[in-house]
Amino acid sequence: MSASPAAQTSRAPGAAFIFKKALISALVALVLFSLMIGVRTEAGSDGQLTYWTRFGDLAAMVAAVFGGSILVELLRQWWGPVGTVRVVPASVQSTLSFAGRLVAPVLLVFTFLVPVLFYDERYILDLGILVLTYVMLGWGLNVVVGLAGLLDLGYVAFYAVGAYSYALLATNFGLSFWVCLPLAGILAAFWGVLLGFPVLRLRGDYLAIVTLAFGEIIRLVIINWQSLTGGPNGVTGIPRPTLFGIPLTPGDDGLAAMLGIEFSTTHRIVFLFYLILALALLTNWVTIRLRRLPIGRAWEALREDEVACRALGINTTTTKLTAFATGAMFGGFAGAFFATRQGFISPESFTFHESALVLAIVVLGGMGSQLGVALAALAMIGGFELFRGLEQYRMLVFGMAMVLLMIWRPRGLIGHRAPTVFLKTNQAISSDLVKEGHG
Amino acid sequence: MSGDPILSVDRLSMRFGGIVAVNDLSFGAERRNITALIGPNGAGKTTVFNCITGFYKPTSGAMRLTHDDGHAIRLERLNDFRISKLARVARTFQNIRLFPGMTALENLMVAQHNALMRASGLTFLGLIGAPSWRKAEQAAIDLAQTWLDRIGLLDRADDAAGNLPYGDQRRLEIARAMCTQPALLCLDEPAAGLNARESAALSELLLSIRGDHGTSILLIEHDMSVVMEISDHVVVMDHGIKIAEGTPQQIRDDPKVIAAYLGADEEEAIAVMESGT
Ligand SMILES: Nc1ncnc2c1ncn2[C@@H]1O[C@H](COP(=O)(O)OP(=O)(O)OP(=O)(O)O)[C@@H](O)[C@H]1O
Ligand SMILES: [Mg+2]
Repeated sequence: MSASPAAQTSRAPGAAFIFKKALISALVALVLFSLMIGVRTEAGSDGQLTYWTRFGDLAAMVAAVFGGSILVELLRQWWGPVGTVRVVPASVQSTLSFAGRLVAPVLLVFTFLVPVLFYDERYILDLGILVLTYVMLGWGLNVVVGLAGLLDLGYVAFYAVGAYSYALLATNFGLSFWVCLPLAGILAAFWGVLLGFPVLRLRGDYLAIVTLAFGEIIRLVIINWQSLTGGPNGVTGIPRPTLFGIPLTPGDDGLAAMLGIEFSTTHRIVFLFYLILALALLTNWVTIRLRRLPIGRAWEALREDEVACRALGINTTTTKLTAFATGAMFGGFAGAFFATRQGFISPESFTFHESALVLAIVVLGGMGSQLGVALAALAMIGGFELFRGLEQYRMLVFGMAMVLLMIWRPRGLIGHRAPTVFLKTNQAISSDLVKEGHG
Repeated sequence: MSGDPILSVDRLSMRFGGIVAVNDLSFGAERRNITALIGPNGAGKTTVFNCITGFYKPTSGAMRLTHDDGHAIRLERLNDFRISKLARVARTFQNIRLFPGMTALENLMVAQHNALMRASGLTFLGLIGAPSWRKAEQAAIDLAQTWLDRIGLLDRADDAAGNLPYGDQRRLEIARAMCTQPALLCLDEPAAGLNARESAALSELLLSIRGDHGTSILLIEHDMSVVMEISDHVVVMDHGIKIAEGTPQQIRDDPKVIAAYLGADEEEAIAVMESGT
C-alpha cells in the first residue's frame, strides 16, 4: 500500500531468466507430451495392443514450447504492460492521449451514421444491432463487475428474465413494448435483489460460483416450466415494436403508408438499430451519472476496500444490492429488446456462453471504463464476424488475440480510472493503484 | 474518574478460541478529552477498538456511548456500519485503509456518504440534478476541501490516495474519519512510521480536532512523546487486562507500567521512562 514508486523499478528480467523459464516450460511439455504424443498406441487387427514411438513429433513439440516461451517473454518485455516500459517518447504519448479523447465522440457520430451509410447492407445493420446489444449488456454488467467489483458469472439470467418478461406479457396480455420495457427492467432488478440477498455474504470465487449457478437455475426453470414458458420450444409470435403505436408493417395503418413512402423491411431494421442505440446510450448516461452520485462512489469504494466502507458507516449490503439491481435492470432492458427483435425466444439463447462473453467484454475493455467496454464489444463481436472466413481456426485466432492483448494490457484496453470529482486537475488514475474488487 | 464520560467500557471480554485477547476490561473516556490506550505489542488494544467499532462482537461486557444530548447507545448491540452511522464513532486502522485508487478528494467524499445519500433523495434527486442536491454536493466538496487544507494536502487533492507518501496517507485517513462528523474518534497508532517532525504536526492536528470540533479522541499509540504530550488520561493494558490508569504524569512513574514494558521490550520501557525527562 505504501510501496514507493521506487520499488517498481524492477529491471526487466535478463537473458538467463528467460532461458530458465523457457527451459521449465519445455520440461513440463516433455513430461506431458511424452505419453500423449511420444507413444502412439492402437488396437491391432486381432485386438492386441500395438504401439510405436513418435519421438520426432515429441521433439518438435517441446522445441515449439521452448521457442514459444522465449517469444512470449520477449514480447512481454518489449511490448509489456502499460506503465512499466516507456519506449514511446512523451510527445507521441501526449498526441496519442489527445487522439484518445477524440475516440468516443468520433465513434458516437459514426454509430449514428451507420444506418445512413450502410442502408442497403442488411448484414452490416444486423451486425451493428448485435454489437450494440452487447455494448449495452457490457455496460450493464460493468456496474456490477467494474464499479462494485462483484464477480457475476450469471448475468445472462437477467437478460433472460427481461426477454421472457416482455415475451410473456406481450403474448398473454397484449401489452405494448413501451409498457413492457420498464416492467422487464423492474422484474430483472427484482430478481437481481433476490439473487443478491443470499450471495452477499460470499466473496470472490464463492460469489462467482453461486452467480454461475443462478444463471443456470433460471435457464432450467424456463426449460421445465412448460405451461408458462413453453419449455424448450420457447415463445413465438412476440410482437414487433411500434413507433409509439404506429406499426412498421406494409398495411394501410403502417408507418410507410402514413408517410406516403414505399414499404421496406429495412425501415424496421433501422428502427431497431436506433432503438438499441438509444437504450445503450441511456445505460451509459445513467451509469456516468450514478458514478458521480454517492451511490456510485460507494460502489467504487466497496471495490477498493470493504472494511473501510463499513468503518465509514456505509451499509455494504444495500450498496451491493443496488449494484446488482442496477446491472440487472439494464440486462432486463436488453433482454426485452432481444425478444422484440427476434420475435422468438427460447432457452438456448441464454446459456452460460452469453454470460462468459459479456464478462470477457467487460474485462477486456478495462473494468469500469465505459469507452473500453464499447471498444471491446466492437472488437469481440465484430472481430468474431470478421474471422468467419477462417472457419475452424476462428477460435484459435481469437484466443491468440486475447492472449496477446492480455500480455500487452493486463488491465484491459482502458485500464486507468477517471476520478468522479476534482478540484483543479482531472487526471486519470493509473491502473496499478485501482483495485479489482474481491467479491 | 468521574465527570462526563462519552464512552464507558464495562467488563469487556473478547476470546478467540483459547486466546483471551481482552479480559474483563473496564475504562472510560471523558467527553472532549484525549484518552490514550497504551500497552506492549499484543496487549489487546486493537481488539478493544474492533469491539468498540463493531468489527468484533465481544464475548461479554457492555460499551455505552453517551452523546452530548444525553442520548446513550449500547455499542455491543449495533453492528458494523450502524456504529459509525448512528453512534457517530469513527476510526482509523493500524495498517492504513484508504481507497488507494480514488483521489484524496474522493476519499473524503465517500466519508460523507450517509449525509449525501439523504441529500440526493436516495439517488433519485441526484439523478435528475435537483438544485438541492447540487447545493449539498458543493457543501460536501467544501468540507472536504477544508479538511484537505488542514492536513496540508490541498494541492494534492486530485492525486490518487495510493500515490501519496506514507505520512500524508495517515493524515488523510484521519481527515476521512473526521468527514463523517464523529462524536468519538478512535485512532489506531496514527504516529506509526512518522518521523519526529510529522509526529509533532500530528499532535498539533489532534489537539486542534479536540479544541475546534469538541470531538473526543481515543488513541492507541506506541510513540510515547505523542502520548505524553497530548493525552488527558492514559489507560495501560497488558495481556488483555488493565494494569494502570491515570494522568500521563502518574503513568510515567508507575512501576507496574515500567515492568510491563520491560517484560515486553526493553527499548520501549526505556522510551517510556525517557520521554518524561
Ligand atoms: N481475529 C483474531 N483471531 C485470533 N486472535 C486474534 C485476533 N485478533 C487479535 N488476536 C489476538 O489477540 C491478541 C491481541 O491482539 P491485538 O491486535 O489486539 O494487540 P495490540 O495491542 O493491538 O498489539 P499491537 O501493538 O501489536 O498492535 C494477540 O495475541 C492476537 O494474536
Ligand atoms: Mg494493534
